[in-house]
Amino acid sequence: MPLPFQLTRRTALAAGFGSVLLPASLSAQAPVQRPSELKIGVTTFLSGPASVFGVPGRNAAEMLAEEINREGGIGGVPVRLFFVDEAPGIDHLVGEFRRLVQNERVDVMFASISSGSCLACTPLGEELRKVTVLWDCGTQRIFEERRYQYAFRTQANATPEILAPLLYLMKTKPDFRTVAVLNQDYAWGRDSWEIWKTAMDALKPGTRVVAELFPRFGATDFSAEVTRLLALRPDVILSTSWGGELDTFIRQAAERRLFERSTFVLPLAESSLERVGRSLPAGHIVGSRGDHWHQHPRPANPQALQRFVENYRRRADAYPIYPTYHMAQAFSALRAAHAKAMQANGGNWPSDAQLAAAFPGLEFDSPTSRMRIREDGQGLEPQLIGTTVHTDRFPFAVMDKMVIFPPDLVTTPAGQNSVAWLRTLTPDMVNRVPDPISAAG
Amino acid sequence: MGNWFTENGPLLGLALLDGIASAALIFMVAVGLNLVFGVLRVLNVAHGSLFAIGAYAAASVGFFAASAGLPAWASLPALLFAAMLVGLVLGPLIERLLLRRIYDEEPVLQLLVTFALFMILEDAQKLVWGVQPVSFSTPVSLMGTVDVPFGTDVIPYNTYQVILLPAVAVVTLVGLAIFLRRTLTGRVILAVTMDREAATAMGIDARKVFLLTFTFGAMLAALGGALSTPTSSLVPGIGASTIVLSFAVVATAGLGQIEGAALTALMIGIGRSIAVTFYPELEVVVPYIIMVAVLLVRPQGLFGVVETRRV
Repeated sequence: MPLPFQLTRRTALAAGFGSVLLPASLSAQAPVQRPSELKIGVTTFLSGPASVFGVPGRNAAEMLAEEINREGGIGGVPVRLFFVDEAPGIDHLVGEFRRLVQNERVDVMFASISSGSCLACTPLGEELRKVTVLWDCGTQRIFEERRYQYAFRTQANATPEILAPLLYLMKTKPDFRTVAVLNQDYAWGRDSWEIWKTAMDALKPGTRVVAELFPRFGATDFSAEVTRLLALRPDVILSTSWGGELDTFIRQAAERRLFERSTFVLPLAESSLERVGRSLPAGHIVGSRGDHWHQHPRPANPQALQRFVENYRRRADAYPIYPTYHMAQAFSALRAAHAKAMQANGGNWPSDAQLAAAFPGLEFDSPTSRMRIREDGQGLEPQLIGTTVHTDRFPFAVMDKMVIFPPDLVTTPAGQNSVAWLRTLTPDMVNRVPDPISAAG
Repeated sequence: MGNWFTENGPLLGLALLDGIASAALIFMVAVGLNLVFGVLRVLNVAHGSLFAIGAYAAASVGFFAASAGLPAWASLPALLFAAMLVGLVLGPLIERLLLRRIYDEEPVLQLLVTFALFMILEDAQKLVWGVQPVSFSTPVSLMGTVDVPFGTDVIPYNTYQVILLPAVAVVTLVGLAIFLRRTLTGRVILAVTMDREAATAMGIDARKVFLLTFTFGAMLAALGGALSTPTSSLVPGIGASTIVLSFAVVATAGLGQIEGAALTALMIGIGRSIAVTFYPELEVVVPYIIMVAVLLVRPQGLFGVVETRRV
């Protein structure tokens, strides 16, 4: 009597492989179990010069995670944060990113401050099929050079952040003829100048660049540069510098009366206003890498903004600066995406792929406005630019004559390259810039 | 060429002024490093941390003086006081607890130990002063500006930078030269520098000399930091950038050479400011171009002598 099933070497091997592979294939279709905690990996600068942004970002993350957990977590699950320092370099960061995903089994990654970090982490997140929220880095190249399924940016990028101050300058002080630049000598300093120069050549052809100064990253003295600028007397001085270097440049320029000779355009200076106090005189143009400003003239939800500002001040003894708002946007987007993904999944906990699918087209609240993530993964964020003014309310310069640029006006259309798009701009674009709003509202 | 000087002479003059101001600070830091290496034969990477801690301490002492209601001019001696405090506390501590144990070790190990100390002090500095930029510019505001003629225009300069800093550097250079060559303690230090074994054989306590020299070097580093405080914002990492430039100065000057450090600091300071004025893209590399150019011609450094001290 033949046996109904004969165990040969081949069938034994097949059974062995099957026992290994089958559960994995079943698990891809089975509903994902609700975890006991939602693990979020956060890459940020905890040391080095960029920690002036990274540590406020971490402070905000910890504050927001505590708030979320007090309210019952995301989808009923408490969040737990894992921080990685970006300062040791890309190799270290990539190793830590992989370790968090594969060993710690984090559910979502928030990466990063440095554009170089984002350029390294985003393809890795894609390879590991892990949702990666780009929470602060500025490089526009991420979504212009490649399409991603698992990476999404919850803020703007360098193009609108530089184009908006240029348009503001053209609207408020249109008669400038000469421009000088002083930027830090690294990727952001060079890339932001390329964006400005390309846009300026298209929007105001004939403007003369009289000096391009790129002091080394980490420089602590700008005396020679200030002398050069004093001697040249350009109509406009652009500096996209940040942190201690921007503070030093502002102080040295103020002490030597450079602000009296030229109009400064400082797209990142919102983050320095409190620190430099009244050294920064009135009448100069300041940006905030978005529409974040604790004195925002028309926030979508004034109570929410006030609560965020007060909570952060209580925790850090300082006004929140742009990375803290960017962190709030990342958390807000994650909450909204989770809610959307769970709804689409019949109330069940979403898989990585289901969570990723919720981001394109997602709308979420920032502390100041309602934002949207475009189909290509790029966030659409308004840009708030203003002119400095001194008041009795604050011991530092604040913004007046604020223009809130709608994201559609200043963001490169999806699928296009920023530099190529900027070349197509025409001078009449300035006519579409909204009117300034005074600080009094 | 004549035309170039006619056209750019005034700009060159401004660049020289900036270069001298910049050289003064570079010298203050590098001379301490050079002195310590000359005597102890240890290349102290943590010298940059002493610079940074001196800078932060100066800001803290300055803020304290202001909050205590002291007049604004008190901010100037506050800088000096902070530097002395840092040097006198950290100098002996580091020498006694750490360096004394590695004088006879391989240079590589000495480098690693001082590098480890540098990392520890960097973290300690962040624990104490945080990571947000710290500024204390009262001395600069106090001293105001001087207007330097530039054609029909004038260029304002900080009095603090173009007068006080170079004056302090000159006083330090002259004082050090007199101290080392005209005083008994100075001559003892020089004797240990020249030949440690012979000096010890003649009854000189080399350990005391090491302690004294290192403490003095630490004070010079902290003074460099304290003097830089009024003109710049202090952030994590200022120690690292300072030590790299100081190494360039020491290597170019010749190890242990004080006058060499002054001349090299001047060359680098002026070279950088001329680059900013005429060829900004070269600014970052100028110190290293000068270093390589000098070392190609004189491998022992500008003022260094071929090593004949050790047998």
